[in-house]
Amino acid sequence: MDPDDMRRALVRIAHEILERNHGADDLVVVGLQTGGVDLAQRLVTLLAEIDGGKVPHGRLDVSLYRDDISLRPVVPESVTNIPLDLTGRIVVLVDDVLFTGRTVRAALDALGDHGRARAVQLAVMVDRGHRELPIRPDYVGKNLPTRSDELVEVGPAGVVLGDLLGDLQ
Amino acid sequence: MSARPLGARPAGAQPMSARPLGARHLLSIDDLGRDGIVDVLHLADVFEEVSARDIPKVPALRGRTVATVFFENSTRTRLSFETAAKRLSADTMTFTAASSSLSKGESLRDTVETLDAMGVDAMVVRHASAGAPHQIAGWVSASVVNGGDGQHEHPTQALLDCFTLRAALAERSTTGRRRDDLAGVRIAIVGDVHHSRVARSCVLAFRALHAEVVLVGPPTLLPPVVEDWGVEVTHDLDQALERVDVAYMLRLQSERIAEALIPSLGEYSVRFGLTRDRARRLHEDLLVMHPGPMVRGIEIDAEVAQSSRSLVTRQVAAGVAVRMAVLFQLLTPAGERSVEGALVHG
Repeated sequence: MDPDDMRRALVRIAHEILERNHGADDLVVVGLQTGGVDLAQRLVTLLAEIDGGKVPHGRLDVSLYRDDISLRPVVPESVTNIPLDLTGRIVVLVDDVLFTGRTVRAALDALGDHGRARAVQLAVMVDRGHRELPIRPDYVGKNLPTRSDELVEVGPAGVVLGDLLGDLQ
Repeated sequence: MSARPLGARPAGAQPMSARPLGARHLLSIDDLGRDGIVDVLHLADVFEEVSARDIPKVPALRGRTVATVFFENSTRTRLSFETAAKRLSADTMTFTAASSSLSKGESLRDTVETLDAMGVDAMVVRHASAGAPHQIAGWVSASVVNGGDGQHEHPTQALLDCFTLRAALAERSTTGRRRDDLAGVRIAIVGDVHHSRVARSCVLAFRALHAEVVLVGPPTLLPPVVEDWGVEVTHDLDQALERVDVAYMLRLQSERIAEALIPSLGEYSVRFGLTRDRARRLHEDLLVMHPGPMVRGIEIDAEVAQSSRSLVTRQVAAGVAVRMAVLFQLLTPAGERSVEGALVHG
């Protein structure tokens, strides 16, 4: 996916969100640290352009809620910022890549501490498969079949597929 | 863009890097060094946000047990550690010397080994003897946090002081950003430096963050080999207060003062206390800190402690966030920061 493809996917997702929820009332867009934060920001801008309303948004760091916290290094990368009580709102969680689903599971736990949302929906730029939990996205930029040892990077340059070990060295 | 691939973790391929040496315990500020201090401060930023929530609790340390093992009295340190542990969902146990089998003649070693055998993951130790936590760290498999040992150190107090000061200075700065050092900040540590473990840890921490530290007190209450500390020393409080940004007042530790080191409390207060009279002459921006417990009317006037320049209650609040950071860091696996992004997300 090049940057234009990503932009088009985001525009489509923004339309889908508004269609499904009959407008932007009660919506809150929450980006997951760190890959979902920029996307959430862009989505909010698009929602405002399409619908005219300003949708509140926040960011969520789920490191402290992960179930694998005792297995591998987990260090919060940034401070969570949810600007309002989520009780009764419709939360759209935004992340760049959906993989095992564990981040999203942790995010659902984390959201619970900020109020009881009426509904939580999930938007991702890339769904790469290999789920380990019964979690599915509501809005998908692109379904991307991958090997589990491949690397998927989403950034301003688009979506890049690489080799994990090679890229991390 | 940064090489921070999300969702890139291959199942079962995460390297479990060994903990850096000495990271299992927090016994002295020297264990941390500048980078270690900054790591704690950054983590504490996160936990400060957690503490501010309606539900100030995260499941990060679920299933872990933190014991506070206090052979000496304490209010804030013990409660602060217990609150921190609970906000991380750890279980807490409380040991107090007075109600323990110590009174039946059980030794220190047997006491802590008993706790260790119960499967405690971390022990916060306070003891009247310097070095007791170091000793205990060699006996037990749990992580040991020094909660104050004799006149030696009180590292978490120094960390929370750095955190408080950093936050307060950020609010006054034009950018509002929290800096990672205290360069250019001048701090006077005033009073009974000799008997103060807080002063020792604070001097180490403040200097590690490049603050300028000056010790103020009567010669009898300054450490005998203060030259080795590498800080300025003066006996004139008024003169010192004119050129510092922070006055860090220490409690006069009457319980540790056996002989007549000061002529009288009244005279001490007039010369080295932050009295109301003295407070009127302070420059506007001077911040006042005190590790508590305060003896109002001796080292600090009640009104001054309550004034807007006082950071005392903020220090207490910061204590919880900073201790959450310390417990979290000791009780979760350490990793290499550079690849952490790839490792944590799935």
